[in-house]
Amino acid sequence: MTMASMARKYEARKVTPKEERQATSAMIASLAAEGYDTVSAPFGQALVQAAKADERIVGLTADLGKYTDLHILGNEMPDRFYQMGMAEQILMSAAAGMAREGFIPFATTYAVFASRRAYDFIAMAIAEENLPVKICCALPGLTTGYGPSHQATEDLAIFRGLPNMTIIDPCCADDIMGMVPAMIAHNGPVYSRLLRGKVPSVLTRHKPDYKFELGKAQMIREGKDALVISTGFMTMRALDAAEQLAKDNVDVAVLHCPTIKPLDVETIVAEASKGGRLVITAENHTKVGGLGEAVAGALLTNGVAPKFRMIGLPDEFLEAGALPTLHDMYGLSVSKVVEQIKGWL
Amino acid sequence: MTVDDRAPARSNVSLARRAWNIRRKALQMGEVQGQGYIGQALGIADVLAASYFHALDYRADEPEWEGRDRFLLSIGHYAIALYAVLMEAGILPEEELETYGMDDSRMPMSGMASYTPGMEITGGSLGHGLGIAVGMAMGLKRKKNPAFIYNLMSDGELGEGSTWEAAMSGAHHKLDNLICLVDFNDQQADGKSTEMLCSEPLGDKWSAFGWFTQRVDGNDLDAVVAAMDAARNSDHNGPRVIIFDTTMCKGVPFLEQREITHFVRVDADEWGKALDVLEEGKPA
Ligand SMILES: Cc1ncc(C[n+]2csc(CCOP(=O)(O)OP(=O)(O)O)c2C)c(N)n1
Ligand SMILES: [Mg+2]
Repeated sequence: MTMASMARKYEARKVTPKEERQATSAMIASLAAEGYDTVSAPFGQALVQAAKADERIVGLTADLGKYTDLHILGNEMPDRFYQMGMAEQILMSAAAGMAREGFIPFATTYAVFASRRAYDFIAMAIAEENLPVKICCALPGLTTGYGPSHQATEDLAIFRGLPNMTIIDPCCADDIMGMVPAMIAHNGPVYSRLLRGKVPSVLTRHKPDYKFELGKAQMIREGKDALVISTGFMTMRALDAAEQLAKDNVDVAVLHCPTIKPLDVETIVAEASKGGRLVITAENHTKVGGLGEAVAGALLTNGVAPKFRMIGLPDEFLEAGALPTLHDMYGLSVSKVVEQIKGWL
Repeated sequence: MTVDDRAPARSNVSLARRAWNIRRKALQMGEVQGQGYIGQALGIADVLAASYFHALDYRADEPEWEGRDRFLLSIGHYAIALYAVLMEAGILPEEELETYGMDDSRMPMSGMASYTPGMEITGGSLGHGLGIAVGMAMGLKRKKNPAFIYNLMSDGELGEGSTWEAAMSGAHHKLDNLICLVDFNDQQADGKSTEMLCSEPLGDKWSAFGWFTQRVDGNDLDAVVAAMDAARNSDHNGPRVIIFDTTMCKGVPFLEQREITHFVRVDADEWGKALDVLEEGKPA
């Protein structure tokens, strides 16, 4: 909520005619309708598969099993599933405790509640001890129209500041299914954002041999005019924007960077050094403390200073409303990405 | 100020009719969006009617009147229910009902103070209301303002540690101007509250924390009103809590009988049907 809209609280509103109405996107935000094939509950599926092979894996949630796809584990392997109730602090403390006893706990909630409510418990009980707790959180960034209480616009910034924490912002079902085994193989705490429900499969369509690798940024598309370094579902938006821009003879490369920390500095610096391209970062997160600033810091530290722009959310509490409206308003939609890139070139 | 001086008590519309009007408006809003937390709204309508048309003092044309009793909606997702009662009370214009949940509406799906006249706090991140209520009750005492703070919370919020920090704090600071209303609908996002993180014996817990505690059927208007009066008038030197056992979807039998979940499914053609069913039970 901005100061301007706050002042509008006492201004009467007109009723939108029925034909023009757009419903608010519900809590179960979905990016399914973007023209890609979808996979149902990729996180739940991948976790069940992993849990069958590794007895140390358990799942815990704070009253959001159904809303993080952890219920798939709960249904198929009820003995591995712990319902902690709506209590995010004990969720994280208990996950830490189970990790101490040799288990690999996957703890799920919404991104806002892990990063805000439970932060101290994650910092001290989990990260400081470098315990292998895997925190997987739905509703990343701007993926619901419910307003600031559910919009995790600063989670990456919060967790980037936390030593020992590995951070993943997956683009799509391909990333999610690849990241679950990678998280387990990594012996330490991980925070990952989640997309749930019907999740599009994006990366393998653009690059059939794509495989998620922890800590690696990967070129999904080459291009000589601009390089977009993107994370999360903004890679999908960047790829779609690149296809549109190609029609106008604008040649855009896309470097997908799902691991936010540790950042793949080597690949980012190498790509940003090539051929005087405009470098743009794109993230579903505030421009404060996310991928954009991480990339900027890495480039400057390594003596690389291309023309540089950021696509991301403003330093504001965002509005409530329909998700497509909000993505347009805050510059995350394909058309706004296209517009911004054209304006900068 | 005596109890009878309070503005809503002077109305001659029955509380049963107020509750019915709240249910109807909530269903109409649900119809506008094709979704909404209608199970919760129908379940809590009687408590809201008793709050706004019996217990609370306020000025409809002056929502920030310093002398008002403050009603905090900790549960942001119950906003549809609060908008219904705010319209019924004349704090929000009824003409805006059809903007519910639309872009640029004053009635977003989750309740926020910065959007809506009469919405005291921004809820939605659950477990905040009671703590804020404690601070407001302390503030009123400092200002020697005799108004009361009401905080409406859910059984799900009983899981949050912040709730119990606030409970202990309210008693420690002897906040006899604080009334907490708990909607015990035995429902949360993933299932039944008592099967997920059981808070029973709940009355004993609040009593042990130092609160004047009552537990009543939240869909029995007479019982609700009596409990509201007792909470306000008790000479207990500390805060008061009423646990309301409520039935989700109350007042629309075919929804009451449906499989009850956190987000009760209502098909597109059922909103009208629900309004028709409600019409049959219209009180005088
Ligand atoms: C701190 C916090 N954790 C989780 C959620 C997600 N959430 C929204 S409603 C809900 C259920 C809470 O229980 P209750 O309010 O009793 O639900 P209801 O009776 O409406 O089904 C949950 C877990 C939240 N809004 N806030
Ligand atoms: Mg409940």
